[in-house]
This record gives sequence, C-alpha cells and structure tokens, in this order.
Amino acid sequence: MTNILAFSETRLGDLRRCGLETVTAARTVADATGGQVHAVLAGGPGVAQHAARLAAHGADVVLVIEHDAFANYNPEALTATLAARLGSGYRAAFFAASAQGHDLVARVAARMKLAYASDVSEFTVTADRVAVAHPGYTNKIVQRFVLNATPALISLRAGAVLPVEHAKAGAVEALAVVGDPSAVRVKVTLTEKAAGGKLDLGEAPVIIAGGRGLKEAANFTLVEDLAAAFGNAAVGATRAVTDDGWRPHSDQIGQTGRLVSPDLYVACGISGAIQHLAGMRTSKTIVAINKDKEAPIFKVADYGIVGDVMDVLPVLAEEVKKAKAGA
Amino acid sequence: MKLAVCIKRVPDMEGRFKIAASGTGIDEAGLKFDMSDFDGYAAEVAIQITEKLGAGEVTVISLGPDVVQETLRKALSMGAHRAVQLKHDAPVSDGLAIATALAAELKDRGYDLILCGRMAVDTQNRSTGAFIAELLGLPVITAISQLNVEGGVVRARRELEGAYELIECPLPAVVTIDEGIARARYPSLKGIMAAKKKPMDVRPAQLGAITYQLEKMELPAERAAGRIVGEGKDAVPELVRLLKEEAKVL
Repeated sequence: MTNILAFSETRLGDLRRCGLETVTAARTVADATGGQVHAVLAGGPGVAQHAARLAAHGADVVLVIEHDAFANYNPEALTATLAARLGSGYRAAFFAASAQGHDLVARVAARMKLAYASDVSEFTVTADRVAVAHPGYTNKIVQRFVLNATPALISLRAGAVLPVEHAKAGAVEALAVVGDPSAVRVKVTLTEKAAGGKLDLGEAPVIIAGGRGLKEAANFTLVEDLAAAFGNAAVGATRAVTDDGWRPHSDQIGQTGRLVSPDLYVACGISGAIQHLAGMRTSKTIVAINKDKEAPIFKVADYGIVGDVMDVLPVLAEEVKKAKAGA
Repeated sequence: MKLAVCIKRVPDMEGRFKIAASGTGIDEAGLKFDMSDFDGYAAEVAIQITEKLGAGEVTVISLGPDVVQETLRKALSMGAHRAVQLKHDAPVSDGLAIATALAAELKDRGYDLILCGRMAVDTQNRSTGAFIAELLGLPVITAISQLNVEGGVVRARRELEGAYELIECPLPAVVTIDEGIARARYPSLKGIMAAKKKPMDVRPAQLGAITYQLEKMELPAERAAGRIVGEGKDAVPELVRLLKEEAKVL
C-alpha cells in the first residue's frame, strides 16, 4: 500500500500542466515512502502519446484509457474506473484542484467513503500519517487537516508543486474501464477553448488585471497590450468589471472568482477591495498602478506607481517589450 | 417541480479573522454572518425556476445550530417556500460527514432538482454537491455558469480554466452553482413579512463518519510592506529595473 496514484488531466487531446504537477507531487511522496507512481491518463484516440512526458516526470507506470467516450470529460465512467483501481490499494491519490479535478475527486471520495482534502497548498504523506494545508476563508486562514483513511485523496492547488523532470520507466498499461462509458447519465457534449486561445489565469506566470480605473471596456486593450508585451501573461479583472460586462465572469479574480498566485501580478486601476485581494494576495510579486495613493492595493503591493493607468500602461508595455528584447 | 437548496451560514469575508483559543476555529466575536455567496445564487436560481413555471416548491436546508434559522429565514424571504434546519450544535469540519446528513434529509422526498453553491466561501472545499449526488446515486453537474431545465433534462455550461464545457443529464439531478447565472435578490419587505409564516422544520442531523480532523487553523504570513516607486509614467523605468533586478520576474 505504498504506491501513489496521480490523475493527469487532459483537455482536447492535450496534457495539462496540472497533470504534470500531480505526477511530480506523487513522485516526491513515493521517493520518501518507497512506493511507485501510477499516473492515469485518459482521453480520446491519440492521448497515449503523452505517456512519455508522464514517465519523464516520474511515473513508474502510466495507466491509459484511450477511448472515444473519453474525448470529452466523462465523470461517471472515470469515477467508476478510478474507484475500482484505488480499491486495489494505494497510499494516496493526487488530482488537480481544477474545475474537472474538483468534480472528479469529490465523486470518488463519496463513492469510496474516503477522506478528501481539496485545494491543498502543502502536504506530508508518510506510511502512517497524511497531513495537509488547505487555504480557506478567502485565503485569510490556513486550515491544517489530518486524513484518516487510506488511500487519502488530495486535490492540489495550481502551483503548489511545480513540475520537475525525474525520469522513470513509465511502463504503459491499459486501464480497464468499469461499465459502458457511453451509457452514462452525465454527458459532456462539447469542450471548447475560450476565445483567443489565451493563457489561463491558473497557469500563467504573469497576470495583468484591470479594474474600474480603466473607466470603460474599450480601455482594456491597454491591459491586453501589456499582457502581450510580457508574452507569458493572462488577463484578469475585478468583480466590478465582470459584473458590468466589460469582461467575462471567467476572468474574475477574487473571493467569488478565481484564486490565483502567479509569479507577477500587475493590478491596473484596481483599488484593492477585500473581495479582490482574497483572490491574488498570495502572488509572489505584486505591482499596483492606481491614481489614489491611499488605495488599499498599495498595502499588499511590493511595488506601486501612483498615477493614471491610462498614462502609465502604454509606457510600461513599451519598456517591458524593450526589456524582453534585451533579455 | 420540487426543488431543494442546501445553504450554509458563513462569516462575512470582509471581516478580519482571529483564531479562537481552541486553535481549530475562528473567534466569532464581532463578525457578521450571512448566506454563502454561491448558496445565495443557488437559492435565487431555484426561486426563479418556480417563478417562471408559476408552480413548484423550493425547500431550503441548512445544517448547524439554531442560528442557521436566520439564514434559512433570509432564503424564505427571498421566495423559498419552506425550510429545514438539520440541528447540530458542535462545529464539524468534515464535508463528507455533513453531506451524509444532507443526503439523508434529501433522500426519498421526491426532489427533482437539488442545488448547492459551487463552494462555501469559508471552507472553500467545493465538494458538498458532488458528495450528496454520489451518496444519493443521482447525476451531478458541478460549478455551472448557465442552466436550462426542460423536458426532464438539465443542460448546463461549466467554466474551466481557459475553456468551457456543455453538459447534460436527466432529472432528478444535483447541480452546483458558479458565478454568472444569478445574483441573490435582496428580500423585499413583503417577502420578509411572508417569510415569518413559512414552515421551518427542525430535525436532528444524522452526520456520517468522520474521515478527517482539523488539527489547527493559522493565519497566513503577512506580506511585507511594499514601496511606492514613483508617480506617473516617469516611474516606469525604475519599476522595470526593479522587476528585472530585484524581483527577477522579467
């Protein structure tokens, strides 16, 4: 019972970065406890090609489901299949704390009556103890849990573990699907990337976020231009902005939106309401640009510029472009 | 159509939190409490369904000590028809144990659609709805931003990280509600008056087995104070230098 399972999420045939994070997390635990890492890779025809990357990140075995019925996320078939597999004996299982991961692991946990810790930022798994940290209360409080059951189920907060290469054999095995994967009640009929194919907020190393200080929706091009200058940036927004329809709800960062912690967060024309700070205060470096020098955003910012975003952003985009070109 | 909404009473997240002497809870002194944001959206969605149909009934359910009746009463004043308190006085941190009690209440009562918020804004676990569905053997669609219920079929949209999915399942079903569908309405005076006469049942909560323990709560490390680099666009070169040389993020 020392083996560790890692569920590696795919989407539209691609392996997601969080799918490497779970394998890396499982590898760290397996190295300490002397077990193997079994990575689960599920998707439509062709998905098995990603097995090599999972091996490179530390999977001893890659359990593959390659089937038309898994081209879109198939929650019920995956739940039945994973519950059967986990029942064969694992110490712990790692999933991503993504929309799909949360959906899947909660089903598996209830099906098997297992302890499940969600959105975990730190973990220790040994033969006799599983302890985790889980941020709550809009990231204002860290809750520390001890999980009783084996296997312990964990969903990993994006970025809690960074993918590390650590090559293992990665022997490919077909994972037998439990039940008829086409005869399910819950059907995902379409999966589509958001318009523009932009970097996702949860995965981008840099986030440029805009607030009411931009005055109107059209001025968000300034935020987008700065994101483009960085090249590795995603665009986010405050709730005020998404409520007004300037940006889609999926761009909202904050208590009721996305919780992010990029390497660099640039808050443009954002005053820093608690609602918003809850979603980004764990970013590594925070830059704030705001007209009002008393704005609460400056209390969490490492670097601030007091000024109108309309003036500052174009110059910043130019300077970043130059710095990137010179680097 | 018979609808049920599970709601949770949570502290106002704008508050400043202190850890209680026990080390495993927050100090509730001076905090305001209200319905968790997403549960408010779920209640709103359910009420709108019955308003549109001109028929149906919304039952709101909450687990906890008697103070949760306040939160239930608010949902009644928004337009829900009846409320159930699953009485349990001691704090419980195990989501599966709580979902087991909710599932026991929801079982065999003929609900067509059970709604929950995507997550409670305090514990942020995001699992209650899926737990309940699994325990009841019902289909579930979590974290939805659009919903259409017609002809016995639920059609929904879920936002993913940088993508979205369209999903469908037959009724009866469980859904959990994300941003984007509906904001909870403010109760009208008429609604508040009407809520006083609506039924509020109290039953003991039948919690499930405890699968994990909350060892302690901690406040995260404070961010070190930052600095103002300068004013206006003239400060940009210095900012870029700092990002490059000091923060090393450029």
